[in-house]
Amino acid sequence: MKTAVFKIWRGNATGGEFREYTTGVSEGMVVLDAVNHIQATQANDLAYRWNCKAGKCGSCSAEVNGMPKLMCMTRLSDLPLEKPVTVQPMKAFPLIKDLLTDVSWNFRVKKKIKKFKPRPPDAPDGTWRMQQEDIDRVQEFRKCIECFLCQDVCHVLRDHGMHEKFIGPRFLIHVAALEMHPLDTENRVEELRNAYGIGYCNITKCCTKVCPESIHITDNGIIPLKERVVDDFYDPLGWIWRRLKKKSDRQNVEELKR
Amino acid sequence: MPEYETFQHDVLIIGSGGAGLRAAIEASAAGVSVGMVCKCLLGKAHTVMAEGGIAAALANVDDRDNWKVHFADTMRGGQYVNNWRMAELHAKEAPARVRELEAWGAVFDRTRDGRILQRNFGGHKYPRLAHVGDRTGLEMIRTLQDHGIHQGIDVYMETCIVTLLKDGDRVVGALGYDRERGHFKIFQAKAVVLATGGIGKAYKITSNSWDCTGDGHSLAYHAGATLIDMEYVQFHPTGMVWPPSVAGMLVTEGVRGEGGILTNADGKRFMFDFIPDNYKTQTADNEEEGWRYTQGDKNARRPPELLTRDHVARCIVREIKEGRGTPHGGVYLDISWIRKRLSNAEEHIKRKLPSMHHQFKALGDIDITKEPMEVGPTTHYIMGGVRVDADTQMSGVPGLFAAGECAAGINGANRLGGNSLSDLLVFGKRAGEFAAKFAKENSYGKIDNDQVDRYTREALKPFENSHGENPYSVQRDLQEVMQHNVGIVRDESEMQSALDHSKTFWERAAQVGVTGNRDFNPGWHTALDLRNLLTVAEAITHAALERKESRGAQFRDDYPEKDERFAKVNTVIRKAEDGSMEVRLEPLPEMPDYLKQVIEENR
Ligand SMILES: Cc1cc2nc3c(=O)[nH]c(=O)nc-3n(C[C@H](O)[C@H](O)[C@H](O)COP(=O)(O)OP(=O)(O)OC[C@H]3O[C@@H](n4cnc5c(N)ncnc54)[C@H](O)[C@@H]3O)c2cc1C
Ligand code: SF4
Ligand code: SF4
Ligand code: FES
Repeated sequence: MKTAVFKIWRGNATGGEFREYTTGVSEGMVVLDAVNHIQATQANDLAYRWNCKAGKCGSCSAEVNGMPKLMCMTRLSDLPLEKPVTVQPMKAFPLIKDLLTDVSWNFRVKKKIKKFKPRPPDAPDGTWRMQQEDIDRVQEFRKCIECFLCQDVCHVLRDHGMHEKFIGPRFLIHVAALEMHPLDTENRVEELRNAYGIGYCNITKCCTKVCPESIHITDNGIIPLKERVVDDFYDPLGWIWRRLKKKSDRQNVEELKR
Repeated sequence: MPEYETFQHDVLIIGSGGAGLRAAIEASAAGVSVGMVCKCLLGKAHTVMAEGGIAAALANVDDRDNWKVHFADTMRGGQYVNNWRMAELHAKEAPARVRELEAWGAVFDRTRDGRILQRNFGGHKYPRLAHVGDRTGLEMIRTLQDHGIHQGIDVYMETCIVTLLKDGDRVVGALGYDRERGHFKIFQAKAVVLATGGIGKAYKITSNSWDCTGDGHSLAYHAGATLIDMEYVQFHPTGMVWPPSVAGMLVTEGVRGEGGILTNADGKRFMFDFIPDNYKTQTADNEEEGWRYTQGDKNARRPPELLTRDHVARCIVREIKEGRGTPHGGVYLDISWIRKRLSNAEEHIKRKLPSMHHQFKALGDIDITKEPMEVGPTTHYIMGGVRVDADTQMSGVPGLFAAGECAAGINGANRLGGNSLSDLLVFGKRAGEFAAKFAKENSYGKIDNDQVDRYTREALKPFENSHGENPYSVQRDLQEVMQHNVGIVRDESEMQSALDHSKTFWERAAQVGVTGNRDFNPGWHTALDLRNLLTVAEAITHAALERKESRGAQFRDDYPEKDERFAKVNTVIRKAEDGSMEVRLEPLPEMPDYLKQVIEENR
């Protein structure tokens, strides 16, 4: 059987080192298979997260050969196995143990974001009407599996540690999904500018590059939000796009009544 | 005497999947304090993996649909051993639960007139599954999570409950440890809701995630609750079979709902040859009609690929056994053939089944818009679980509730696709509501410190035994035995041998050792999970032995037919006084006449 060497970070907040493990390689294997196998046979106490092993839960984030990746979706056949494969924890979050980081900050950030507030139902039975083309964009953002790889790679968080001032790309598209939701009536523009710190993003697009769900975080999410913040600032009476949105919703309701 | 941190909540919810979240939201809305513990991070429970959709008779796509048809479909799919009251409540309340998700921000795919779109699924007469592409579970869990975090629920992530605590007959809390530091914590509660999901990890080939180790089943059993229907383990007909590292990973039934067909190595579409009598009137007898059905023709009957899962899985096993399988031991599932019918087939497939397209491309080097997939059965779901009162979801143990996959009754001998997500919503809500009510009517019980000490001492034993057996080896061997001896096709001697193995597994589990310390130590966590896996494995085997017939998901080679004697009974499992596992057959609750009539009308 072919084998490969994995250099896995072992340690905790006080220090650690890379340790080498050799394991067999079979067709179709992903990094998580190798790490699971190492855990089961050589290092029972090796700490990391995983749940679904199908790229759906966003638990198994780590840096593989320096690249932020889901371990369960990274095929060994796409890595140069003649060299050891390095696996280390995400850097933007405090280390707990081995590959496991403390991502609780993300959960606290989300709690601060104003929740969804729908307009009154469109139809007498308490339901709404939305056209598919009006929700395509929101559905794109809602594909997010909260792997936090984009947060890990964003230099504002990773290198500058601005966790208190900037919510990061994951939560900017969360806000975008809410703001562009056809039913939502809340306004989060003031927070975007201040508490959420959208100004810290200088559109390097690193987040978009690592997103395993291929969400166009910057082009479709952050840039339109930035425009909205600017427009709202100079045009306090309101934002044209939002007015248009309201209008198309009204049309829907009119149609319903007919 | 060790010190424990103690937390107090009126209602404690164990599990943060769809059922746990929905229960937590309801309980906190009722004005009681709610704590929710889960082994994983919030939003990552197994529910996130669900693909196809949520079954609810919204009648948005076909206005002939209503709760009665959904009820009749559920009972037929479950071979009429379902708890009729649960099936009734489920069919009646699912539409409101789905609409509620929309009010909380869920963004379902739309019909042309702007309503929630519904798709076809096996065993459902009309298009009934509200969905978001093939990532419905993600949409559901995120909606509940994002709504729930503003409700004042205290969440204890990566905390594992190891035993329920009792005061006399009543459950008064639970003992757990936080995975990060390995510290034991006492959760004192007036009512406890189990929402711990499934048991997939008792088998080798499974679509389930890591945390499906049957904890709730086992916690309830050891606390004196009864389990029913444990023989009914659903093997989903279509899991990936190649490459080996993804064997078992689910291929959603949505593929067949969108027109995907099953063929064998000879290129024959084999499902037309095996249509059971009770589905003959509802099933297409030619390819043309089947195709029209998947494209929304209301006068067409569904193709045989959309028969119930138990049946499709067995047909696939037969093809493979009789030598008509694919090179990697499966059959072909082909959606690419629709190119012959649709000019924009490629786009259509990518839009309807984006995750499947991605999954096969990224993990199997297969482009499903151009070539067929290789699939075979995978352990997917357990119909059996904690016996609960249909209306309140309370188990036989006062103060202990259960909802979602770890509870039983709604599905009978076989679950229809999409009926789990709706079950989580309907009965998660009910469990939350009635747990809150129970909490308001009762005070905190007394925590028995001796019970706690005994358990923690037991739980820490593997550390004193660092040269003991590797817990992963025990887990792996157990999975092998269950896969081979208590799998899709069962017989007496193989299952008896599984029970014999079981004794040695318990001994081995008691002797496992772990290295390292208590800080996030998966070896230790696996050692502690063994007790749960072994308990459910034994319960499944006992129940399957007791039911000497084939019905729904249970197929016995030695009793290949249905038997009237078993048509009106549940297998019931409880822990006897002497600690042994007791199995019995008990009569099903009698269905009232108005529901019998509903079934007749929908024959
Ligand atoms: C790939 C896949 C696709 C599916 N698709 C569909 C579909 O399209 N439609 C459908 O209806 N059904 C589908 N199902 C089935 C459905 O997803 C599950 O039955 C359902 O999600 C179970 O939800 P739950 O809330 O009961 O538990 P889960 O979502 O499994 O959650 C269990 C929770 O309990 C926690 N837990 C477990 N043990 C403990 C413990 N000891 N201490 C603390 N916490 C604990 C876990 O951490 C987790 O938070 C699918 C299943 C799979 C595997
Ligand atoms: S584009 Fe903005 S949010 Fe994304 S990585 Fe760059 S700075 Fe961060
Ligand atoms: S946006 Fe993409 S990279 Fe960021 S958390 Fe979501 S899925 Fe992960
Ligand atoms: S384990 Fe779920 S995304 Fe990798």
